[in-house]
Amino acid sequence: MANLKPVPTAREFDLAHDSLRELNAFLHKQAVDEGVSQIHVRNPDGAHSIAVGLNAEIDVQIHGHVGYYAAGMNKYASVTVHGNAGPGTAENMMSGRVHVKGFASTAAGASAHGGLLIIDGDASLRCGISLKGADIVVGGSVGSFSAFMAQAGRIVICGDAEDALGDSLYEAVIYVRGKVRSLGADARFEPMTDTDRAAVKSLLAQAGRSLDPAEFKRVASAKSLYHWHADADQEY
Amino acid sequence: MTVPPLEESAGFDRATIDYIQRAAASGLYEIRGLGAKRRVPHFDDLLFLAASLSRYPLEGYRERCVTKTLLGTRFATRPIELAIPITVAGMSFGALSARVKDALGRAATELGTSTTTGDGGMTAEERASSKTLVYQCLPSRYGFDPDDVRRADAIEIVIGQGAKPGGGGMLLGQKVNPRVARMRTLPEGVDQRSASRHPDWTGPDDLVIKIKELREITDWEKPIYVKVGATRVFNDVKLAVHAGADVIVVDGMQGGTAATQTVFIEHVGIPTLAALRQAVDALDDLNMRGTVQLVISGGIRSGADVAKALAMGADAVAIGQGVLMALGCNSDSYVAGGEHVSALEDYARLGTAPGFCHHCHTGKCPVGVTTQDPALELRLDPAVGAKRLKNYLKTVNMELTTIARACGKQDVHHLEKEDLVALTVEAAAMAGVPLAGTSWIPGSGD
Repeated sequence: MANLKPVPTAREFDLAHDSLRELNAFLHKQAVDEGVSQIHVRNPDGAHSIAVGLNAEIDVQIHGHVGYYAAGMNKYASVTVHGNAGPGTAENMMSGRVHVKGFASTAAGASAHGGLLIIDGDASLRCGISLKGADIVVGGSVGSFSAFMAQAGRIVICGDAEDALGDSLYEAVIYVRGKVRSLGADARFEPMTDTDRAAVKSLLAQAGRSLDPAEFKRVASAKSLYHWHADADQEY
Repeated sequence: MTVPPLEESAGFDRATIDYIQRAAASGLYEIRGLGAKRRVPHFDDLLFLAASLSRYPLEGYRERCVTKTLLGTRFATRPIELAIPITVAGMSFGALSARVKDALGRAATELGTSTTTGDGGMTAEERASSKTLVYQCLPSRYGFDPDDVRRADAIEIVIGQGAKPGGGGMLLGQKVNPRVARMRTLPEGVDQRSASRHPDWTGPDDLVIKIKELREITDWEKPIYVKVGATRVFNDVKLAVHAGADVIVVDGMQGGTAATQTVFIEHVGIPTLAALRQAVDALDDLNMRGTVQLVISGGIRSGADVAKALAMGADAVAIGQGVLMALGCNSDSYVAGGEHVSALEDYARLGTAPGFCHHCHTGKCPVGVTTQDPALELRLDPAVGAKRLKNYLKTVNMELTTIARACGKQDVHHLEKEDLVALTVEAAAMAGVPLAGTSWIPGSGD
């Protein structure tokens, strides 16, 4: 028994010295094989593709700003960015949780199928574009064309929305608290139901926010573009 | 008194009048399947100069002619090795039934080549039946799943398609059945129109980063292909090389589609012949021939087409429509219980006939190839389809090696431009080979 060493459950990577490849390779395989459940990443310095393709219930804490595609295609893992995130954060996420403590650039949560993306600050253009089932909570405001062609899932926007919110929406639902500069094609305001208020309350709670769901408006698809005959009149 | 002959207008012929009158009646443009029907310069306009006194042929039936093809040798640690340079092009589950995807995989596997997914994700059937499966990453990202990324043998980032470069996919509601809808996260029966731009990157600088993301996710193991529809091919290929592609797929305007506006199919993009020349020029310009592999597609039909494509500089070809026709597309019958059953009445109900049908978009394919209808899809038995496709691909490969041997090549990849001449001035200019019987290459400055 004396020869057995305790297995460390946390590991730290410093991208000032360690390579991105070493980090991601560790997250893909050794973290699971070695039973490491929490990984800290220091000095990310805006590097792209940090913690992409994760496929295990591990906790990744990134201390600093990240570039493109942080936590892209995440499955099961919890990834926290203690800083700002570049484009495509949590793109195509399948499950798990990604939390950006700062601001997020374009296309946050693009095409994400599942899981929860939390952005404490603002999110730029096309937040939740092509969303396919994930939930997104934005503490601040979102840029133009957010939820463009979003197919499923929910987006809670605690601040304002810029132009063309929800353009060409399918079945995704947007809840927005502040001003909407304009709605996109086929998006419309709809009355909030008890189910909507409960959903907003739950998502806000998961994001650590305590706003009143009654302050939110619901935006969903009018479904007038679901069939091809509609674009004879170029309604887009 | 003689009756003067009827004179049809060249500009306003019967087809044009019909188009105008249909547009006037409906207010809608036409959508259809398959590829361009207009005549454009093609591989038919090239001929081989086989061996004679100045070249030494191989014995056609005896000497070995290598067809092995490697794709993805630039960065991927697990490049693709194919037995033949003829691959099955990307076609979606949704456009095709799961049974057809299964048949494609079976035939490709038997011949040692690859199949490709399409807009709509990877089906379990095609993964199971395909030894080598290329997984497309399209603008829509329908069904795109990191588990499938890990299960794939290569990833193909689709920028565009030859039948509709600059346009997104389209799948009309009659083909969006419950399974297709579920895989694409769409309401059942919706007329699905995909995005034409990727959701998470814009432009070639972003593509560099996107490719690196995919490499990180796949631990740099799998080749990354980039597919472009043929328009500004010279620049697009150079940009794809700079972005870090292992393999570039160029799809000419004769490439097929499950459903696209006719005006798009017939009037956008450039012919495969011209596209191939530009793609090879771009690789040469970057000194990347042999480092980045080139796959050409768009109207490839025969071993002659493949041989000409390889001679012009392609490493491999991808076939879509030819593959569907091998399965029975545009046949007058389908096989049920070992018997041929006439499909003529079904064609007639669609207002068409075998040899003319392009009604893939309707989902009412009379031979069960491009359908999601539970009854119609049974008209294609995967085992029968796989056998027919295997025969077709085998024939194409034998034709390829026949030509290569006649040109004195021990490896089909040794075919070269010097082996080719053109029948027309247009083809000579596009392909960059001499007009037959001359040394003149239009536009070469010589």
